[in-house]
Amino acid sequence: MSVFKRVQNILPVILSIAFALLAWQLIVQVTQLPRFILPAPADVWTRFVKALMDGSLLYHTRITLAEIVLGLLSGIAFATVTGYMLAKSRSLEKILSPYLVASQAIPVVAIAPLLVIWLGDGILSKVVICALIVFFPVLVNTVVGVRAVPTALYDLMHSIRATRLQILLKLEVPASLPVLLGGLRIGATLSVIGAIVGELVDAEQGLGFLLQLGDFQYDTSMVFVAVFTLIALALSLYGVVTLLERKFLKWQK
Amino acid sequence: MTTRPILTVQDLSVVFPDSNGGLRALEDISFEVCPREFICFLGPSGSGKTTLLRAVANLLQPTTGRVHFIHHQHPKIGMVFQQASLMPWRSALDNIKLPLELEGLGESKARKKALEMIELVGLQGFEDSWPRDLSGGMAQRVGIARALIHDPDLLLLDEPFASLDALTRERMWTELSRIWQARQKTVIMVTHSINESLFLADRVLVLTQRPGKIKLDVEVDLPRPRKDDIRYTPHFGKLARKLREAIE
Repeated sequence: MSVFKRVQNILPVILSIAFALLAWQLIVQVTQLPRFILPAPADVWTRFVKALMDGSLLYHTRITLAEIVLGLLSGIAFATVTGYMLAKSRSLEKILSPYLVASQAIPVVAIAPLLVIWLGDGILSKVVICALIVFFPVLVNTVVGVRAVPTALYDLMHSIRATRLQILLKLEVPASLPVLLGGLRIGATLSVIGAIVGELVDAEQGLGFLLQLGDFQYDTSMVFVAVFTLIALALSLYGVVTLLERKFLKWQK
Repeated sequence: MTTRPILTVQDLSVVFPDSNGGLRALEDISFEVCPREFICFLGPSGSGKTTLLRAVANLLQPTTGRVHFIHHQHPKIGMVFQQASLMPWRSALDNIKLPLELEGLGESKARKKALEMIELVGLQGFEDSWPRDLSGGMAQRVGIARALIHDPDLLLLDEPFASLDALTRERMWTELSRIWQARQKTVIMVTHSINESLFLADRVLVLTQRPGKIKLDVEVDLPRPRKDDIRYTPHFGKLARKLREAIE
């Protein structure tokens, strides 16, 4: 892709961001709201630079990112293994599905305090909340993906006497990958929510903690900095999944 | 042929369980196949042709009777399906390579063999194409190459050209006939096309409507290599008529 094309591609995004910033600045100027209600973009920028320089932003971002990545990975691992077993066994599905559906009926926000009580206010409780919120969409997509593997391809694999492991690696994994990555796309964005929910319940560190600290101290600019950092995290995770799709699903289009 | 058969099928019956006592797909099928023989099962749809192939390929367990191979109980099988059944995430070449990968052959050797197969089926230039970019005929050629690459003892063809248009289908007959002569494989093919069976096979066995039984076993004594115009000879016409009457 030429440089010109690239610029042409991202130009609308830049324009829309510039427009939003301008509108924000205008609202601040017209309404003359105090800074602790609605800070101007420039205030948020100054606060951002300050938090970046004193290391606090990077420190708390690192904590939250660690929670998200660990939660995401363990959630994906449990969800794909369970999903594969559910896809393969109707009786297991019958036994487990009431619990799975019930677990989805309860919002994570409602059980987050419980998990913090049980697992402490450290990183572990956040990782678990994160994994829980990621679990279901990935599980459902794994089941759907594995069930959708064409029977004709199973026949093919059996006719050339493939082993179970070969069928898993050469057929089931690649065949269900498009649906699985779709689940991951949802899971990745949800995982950010999971970590923050956990940190808001009780934490000594992390972006959720920073957000709450800003709130308590009427440091509204800080709250904005934390929120924007979270958005950036969610976007990067989404980007990673998109990259994976581009790498592994070249054959699609 | 006086050679010993490599495959014997004895009193094979297949019943699929259903609500009223089971659906009888095949009944008392017995036949033998000699090495390098091309035999064809001809029958209307619903005569259990595909079921028969699946039983031979050990994809389903017969209700009674047995499938016996002389040399080893688990022969190498190459199978071509009605739909090409390619893996959409693999290029043409990688699809052809699959059976060798499963056998654990090294990448460079497998690639070399796959390129040979590409040449055999005339797909040069399409090695790296995705299946979605291949026409029906090309996809089926990939399927045939994949079925042959691991040098199977037995090639099973399940109406491989049924989904192709008439012209492509007839071109594929010539192709398959050429490939068969080059590779000298034992082939069992099922089809509902009289012309197809006569053009390709050494022997045609006619199956009846469900439950499928062997109604007729005809030696096809047409000279090889068979050219397109063989279909307009009186002998071809006579054989075709005989098969047609057996099917009705």
